Amino acid sequence: MRPFAYVKPTDVEAAVRAAATEPGAKYLGGGTNLVDLMREGIERPDTVVDVTGLPLDTVEELPGGGLRIGALVRNSVLAADGRVRARYPVLSQALLAGASAQLRNMATVGGNLLQRTRCPYFYDGASACNKREPGSGCDAIDGFNRGHAILGVSESCIATHPSDMAVALAALDAVVEVRGVNGPRRIPLTDFHRLPGHTPEIETELGPGDLVTAVELPPLTAASRYRKVRDRASYAFALVSVAAALRVQDGTVAEVRLALGGVATKPWRAREAERILLGGPADEAAFRHAAEVELAAASVRPGNAFKAGLAVATITATLRELTSTGGTAR
Amino acid sequence: MSTKYAETEQATAGPKYVGRAVDRLDGRAKTTGEARFAAEHPYPDLAHAALVHATIPRGRITAIDTAEARAVPGVIDVLTHENAPAMKPAPKVSFLDLSTLVSGTSVNYLATDEVHWNGQPVAVVVAETPETARYAASLVRPAYQELPAAVDFAAEEPNAVPQKGSLIAETKADKGDAPAALAAAPYAVDLTFTTPPHSHNAIEPHATTAVWDGDKLTLHEGTQNIPWLRKHLAQRFGVPEKAIRVLSPYVGGGFGGKGSVWAGTLLAVLAARATGRPVRLALTRASVYHTVGGRTPSTQRVALGADADGRLTALIHTSVSRTGRTGGMGEQITAVSRHLYAAPNIHLRQSTVPLDLLANTFMRAPGESIGTFALESAVDELAWELGADPVELRMRNEPERDPVGGQRFAQRMLREAYALGAERFGWRERDPRPGAMRDGRWLVGMGVATAYHPSIRMTASVTLRMAADGTVVVRCGLHEIGVGAATVQAQIAADELGVPLDSVRVEHGDSDLPPGPQAGGSMQTASAAAGVLAACAKLKRTLLGLARRAPDSPLRGRRLEEPEARDGGLYLGGRGQTYAEILAAAGRTHVEAAVKSNTLRFLTRTLRERRKWVKAATGAQFCEVRVDPDTMEVRVSRWLGVFDVGRVINAKTAASQLRGGIVMGIGMALSEQTLIDHRDGRIVNPSLSEYHVPVHADIPRIDVRYLDEPDPTMPLGLIGVGEVGITGAAAAVANAVRHATGKRVLDLPITLDKLL
Repeated sequence: MRPFAYVKPTDVEAAVRAAATEPGAKYLGGGTNLVDLMREGIERPDTVVDVTGLPLDTVEELPGGGLRIGALVRNSVLAADGRVRARYPVLSQALLAGASAQLRNMATVGGNLLQRTRCPYFYDGASACNKREPGSGCDAIDGFNRGHAILGVSESCIATHPSDMAVALAALDAVVEVRGVNGPRRIPLTDFHRLPGHTPEIETELGPGDLVTAVELPPLTAASRYRKVRDRASYAFALVSVAAALRVQDGTVAEVRLALGGVATKPWRAREAERILLGGPADEAAFRHAAEVELAAASVRPGNAFKAGLAVATITATLRELTSTGGTAR
Repeated sequence: MSTKYAETEQATAGPKYVGRAVDRLDGRAKTTGEARFAAEHPYPDLAHAALVHATIPRGRITAIDTAEARAVPGVIDVLTHENAPAMKPAPKVSFLDLSTLVSGTSVNYLATDEVHWNGQPVAVVVAETPETARYAASLVRPAYQELPAAVDFAAEEPNAVPQKGSLIAETKADKGDAPAALAAAPYAVDLTFTTPPHSHNAIEPHATTAVWDGDKLTLHEGTQNIPWLRKHLAQRFGVPEKAIRVLSPYVGGGFGGKGSVWAGTLLAVLAARATGRPVRLALTRASVYHTVGGRTPSTQRVALGADADGRLTALIHTSVSRTGRTGGMGEQITAVSRHLYAAPNIHLRQSTVPLDLLANTFMRAPGESIGTFALESAVDELAWELGADPVELRMRNEPERDPVGGQRFAQRMLREAYALGAERFGWRERDPRPGAMRDGRWLVGMGVATAYHPSIRMTASVTLRMAADGTVVVRCGLHEIGVGAATVQAQIAADELGVPLDSVRVEHGDSDLPPGPQAGGSMQTASAAAGVLAACAKLKRTLLGLARRAPDSPLRGRRLEEPEARDGGLYLGGRGQTYAEILAAAGRTHVEAAVKSNTLRFLTRTLRERRKWVKAATGAQFCEVRVDPDTMEVRVSRWLGVFDVGRVINAKTAASQLRGGIVMGIGMALSEQTLIDHRDGRIVNPSLSEYHVPVHADIPRIDVRYLDEPDPTMPLGLIGVGEVGITGAAAAVANAVRHATGKRVLDLPITLDKLL
């Protein structure tokens, strides 16, 4: 591994200062992705700022029934939190669908949001990749792209955002709390990640020194659920995943939230589908129609063309399940 | 079960250890970490090596810049073709010297500027720590002149040439006129299947620790073939075989991937010689993908014709596989089709195409694993065509003798296996209509397929030593690749000598021991057992000789055949002596017996025997799947394998072997594939994250049964169990998916996109 300096500050201000002043600094959370990337020479920080000593590892109640989740809460802890399981089953399910038990024990909420794509060409230094090496091209576009994105893609990059947790957070209207050199700010989760465009190497709205400190969840009154479709039963990234919340009143969709994973370059809030569903009938035909409209924007390659249909089927099935298992209650 | 082999059964009471579920003797050492693997041997001045891999498929290295790598503190040396000491070239493959088969590739690493595949090692960094070595390796910058390369199997397949046969592997067969019979058949299927390349993923990535002392080499290595590895290294490094000691007491899984000598081993030895330091080269998972061959992809055609009664009239099975241009061999992909069905017209052909890719190599049931997928899928499809039950169709075509060669079967109880399997699995509950069975929303499907793997054995040299206290040491250089190899030989020796299991110790995995059989081809257990049985007989003869000469012995004057070995001694009726008493009376501290293998004589006998018998392990695989009707995700929900593997020596380890084969077969069916970029031959998924072996959640409880009828032609009646479990498994899954969904998937793996 390339040599680097290591610091472990004990308060947030010191961490932000360290990361902002040291050029090429990276925050280290659970290390489940950063360390891999450093081993492969893809991430090459000169300074690693270990934030695991910061007091950001609690889940707190917010007035009005929401939760504030510290950025250093471990994925496994959050998934098992009774409040999360009761009020946001979609989040607990998404966390448990990710990675393996060992990785979830290490991975943090903040790190999960910042994990990078698993595009194999991104990982292989011998391949062309605009995200790893801007301007070098994209070997995925005409290579193996079965796992790649069909929504939010550009000519520069079709890499999928790999997180499960972030898909649930996108559906939940979560807000990311960030501390930077100029103080704290709040970014809606759905605005936190950027589309690749011509700059796929820039993945989020974070600037130098910016530290994710927490994620806020507004209260949820709809029933929710996470469905992940993948090539094996565990320890595989999503081909398609759906985070959904649905409240039905008198056969009509009173509230719906829908986000997609595995198919897009960022956690994908399916606003178009939501718009169509809201106020309409809560039946299979309506679900399918809304899903089809959302996926009409898909830009597919031969390897991943199946994902559009699979996404429609998975959205439809997830909403159907929410109606049959108490879409009217929480 | 049957009395067919009664005449070969021992008239004695049942054996004490053979057949029982004995815990593996190395279980404690492994679970406590006391067992040391090849990368776990400390040396005070140990250096660590890492490989630099080529990033082009074919060409020449025009320059290689190592300055930056050398400048990293802790780097000892960077070896390239410009400065590495030369190895001798790999010997030419010859069937007169089987050890020549052990070269993974013919490339003379670091003695050439040529690049033959994308991933070939082009430099080795030696450093004080593994982290330093790997980091510095990333700083070595080769420049290449690229040459045109053929790397796309699908595109190159039309250029395949007929595969050459050999003494031990026939590659074609013709019986009657299969094309004409197919054309005339009232019922027929004609299908083309593809299977992808697979990579080796043993839990222990390949590792070598090499220590030179002058011209003497000590090598800690996980290998499936100590004698051939040693001979190969002696040839490559120009030292006598005796100067090399290979230590391989524990191997963290082999599956064929540690049967040949690959770059990592050679380059660790070379680096140790060049630096004068003990060198450990523990390959990263990615380096295993890039330097250790895997399973060839294949394209196979299976065409079957049948009459209205479901009797096969024609069987055509042809295959194309690939090799590397610098190594690898065609596999016996159509071989199973020689033996399974009583078709009067059979046509079998195999061909291969060499590509600019890493050589292919052995992987659990090479040939049969993918060959049974195609054949047994086609048979199932024929059952659909005929409206016949797939089990009944198979039984209707079960041959009395080998369909191609006409030999008798040494052991063949497929009928019994299917009968027992159908009963246990609830096959009668199966509604034959596709998609008719449901569990909630899940579509349920049930499929069967036949498992088949040839039974072969080689020879082993074995030495036995019994001490004055009656304890026994079995010395044989066999390979403990995680299967319980030493445990089963201890069971056999304990029973043969009538001593407690814990008084038997097996020394193995060391080239200083009498050479054992290779751990490959499902042959190790039977091969070593023959040696152990012979050595035990010899030892008892020696002991009886001592007793007969002792004036007060109750065994005085007795012939060897008479006394019974039990309770730690030799007895006739109630009278006899313990071994300790015999040795004490004779004034001996110990007795020894040695059996030396004579490979040439054995091979001659084996070839003669092949004209008389066809020998194999067989089985019936029953699979149930659940398919999500929305997403078409396939999950295996139940499995039963009923196997005819002769007499089982250890009920626990044998079942584990069979189960492991089935797990690997489920991986082959549903998820495993090495992705090779068609543009540059680069492996795109060289990691356990992206190469999908099954995880625990993919595997249901696997019910394994065996018929436990001894094969009269094998030592103790045992048949090797290492590979038969994977055969037929992928077809059983595919057939269950066909039943659940109505869709026949011809291309492995059966990922959901092929069912949507």
